[in-house]
Amino acid sequence: MIDFFHALADPDLAFLRNAFIVGIFASISFGVIGTYVVTKRISYLAGAISHSAFGGIGAALYLNTVLGLSFIQPIHGAIVSALGAAVITGLVSLYAKEREDTVIGAIWAVGMAAGLLFIDLTPGYFEISSFLFGDILLISSHDITMVICLDTVILLTSVLFFNKLLAVCFDDEYATLRGVNASRYYILLLCLTALTVVLLVRIVGIVMVIALLTLPPAVAGKFTSSMGKMMVLSVFFCMVFNGIGLGVSYSMGLSTGPVIIVIAGVTYLGVISLKRIKALVKSS
Amino acid sequence: MKSDHAVVLKDVSFSYNRGLVLDNVSLRVKNKDFATIVGPNGGGKTTLLKLLLGLLKPDSGTVEILGRSPEKSRLKLGYMPQYSHLDMQFPVTVMDVALMGRLGSNFWGRYSKQDRIEAEKALEEVDLKEHTNNHFSQLSGGQKQRVLIARALCSDPELLLLDEPTSNVDQESELALFSILKELNHRMTILLVSHDLGFTSQVVKSVICVNRKIKIHPTTTMDGTLIKDIYGGDLKMIRHDHRCTEEGHYHD
Repeated sequence: MIDFFHALADPDLAFLRNAFIVGIFASISFGVIGTYVVTKRISYLAGAISHSAFGGIGAALYLNTVLGLSFIQPIHGAIVSALGAAVITGLVSLYAKEREDTVIGAIWAVGMAAGLLFIDLTPGYFEISSFLFGDILLISSHDITMVICLDTVILLTSVLFFNKLLAVCFDDEYATLRGVNASRYYILLLCLTALTVVLLVRIVGIVMVIALLTLPPAVAGKFTSSMGKMMVLSVFFCMVFNGIGLGVSYSMGLSTGPVIIVIAGVTYLGVISLKRIKALVKSS
Repeated sequence: MKSDHAVVLKDVSFSYNRGLVLDNVSLRVKNKDFATIVGPNGGGKTTLLKLLLGLLKPDSGTVEILGRSPEKSRLKLGYMPQYSHLDMQFPVTVMDVALMGRLGSNFWGRYSKQDRIEAEKALEEVDLKEHTNNHFSQLSGGQKQRVLIARALCSDPELLLLDEPTSNVDQESELALFSILKELNHRMTILLVSHDLGFTSQVVKSVICVNRKIKIHPTTTMDGTLIKDIYGGDLKMIRHDHRCTEEGHYHD
């Protein structure tokens, strides 16, 4: 682990330091938004949103290469399509008289399919797996700027509207009766989720990012019963998972994304098992 | 201009896809009344409540609450839903829930000191002051119902609507609940949905029977015909109204 800290300071390994900084900053949004996602029980929607970001990544590569719009980067496509998917899933779950999970599953798969088709249409070879599972080698200082900007937007919105979002998550019908436009805040929450998911696409990839959104709050929820404290603890756990995951993956030469996710998953399992064992010991 | 009626329904019909639920019903509830809405399951009790709250729109006819449309009167309504539809694992304290009743006044939804004072007062009124910082899920069924009443109260409503406040609570909580409601009735109109007729007759001033049609009865005329109206068959009524003589009657 000591080499890892040396490596962080090594000027030749700028990508590693960038990845570390991105991970730490992104954790702030992940902890806050993840807590909403977990308590409102919309992780399935968040899954659909993150996967459909791939559609935008494909479209951006196509626009960039085929139409020569060089200012369009994959991450921009991811942001646009994740936001689009957030609005569509929100509207479907609020108004469409369809089976919600069917439609969400469809958005999930169609988003990915569209991305793959765009990549097929784009000449040249692309490392698809770097988007799906993350690749820290691709992280630049530009990503840090973007993470900080999005962090600011997400944090400001979710903290300033905390009470309204809390009321909508807890009891949307009652929030409506208090003059809060519950549907609007619900869609706002999904849009914030979309922006958050995009932040860590580079590190853990769109397939696994959902776990990093839900596992830190799930662990945090075992230690507190207040929404605010749950957010702060989730931010902390998310930072720890990202930091340790990066360190372990660097030291052992493993892919970063999967290591982070496995650490998060094992921690969650560990925490619930310990709680169970404690309860058993107490009762016996 | 202030109307003497808290609720006025004129020729209201409502249907879901499965068919007509309320068929051309009219209803007037006076200010400061304490009325209970009763009727068989699927008879339209909850639908009626949602029409009053403006959560549903009637297919035809008009709904007037406190002299205006339900949407315009919304902030003057207190509503206590059934707690069973709430997520019991949700991380909120009793205070958090009560404070939600103070939402609506400002854009950001920030709570002022005054909001906290009102929420505390409401919690005190329902006798839950010592539970202010407890987790909502740690409370018993009856206490949860009272938190939801406190949430409705701290917006200082003129009309209080309660959805089955007596379901899932034990006898003792039910008695406590009704003594709170009796007190509140001095300053607001109360409408509650109930499936428990025997009990309501002791505190309630009038009974609204909903079964596609609406019929209104003052509680003094509670008898076999009323029961037949509501449940559509002859049933034996169990009298447990002997307590009335001790506390005085609350009939119109």
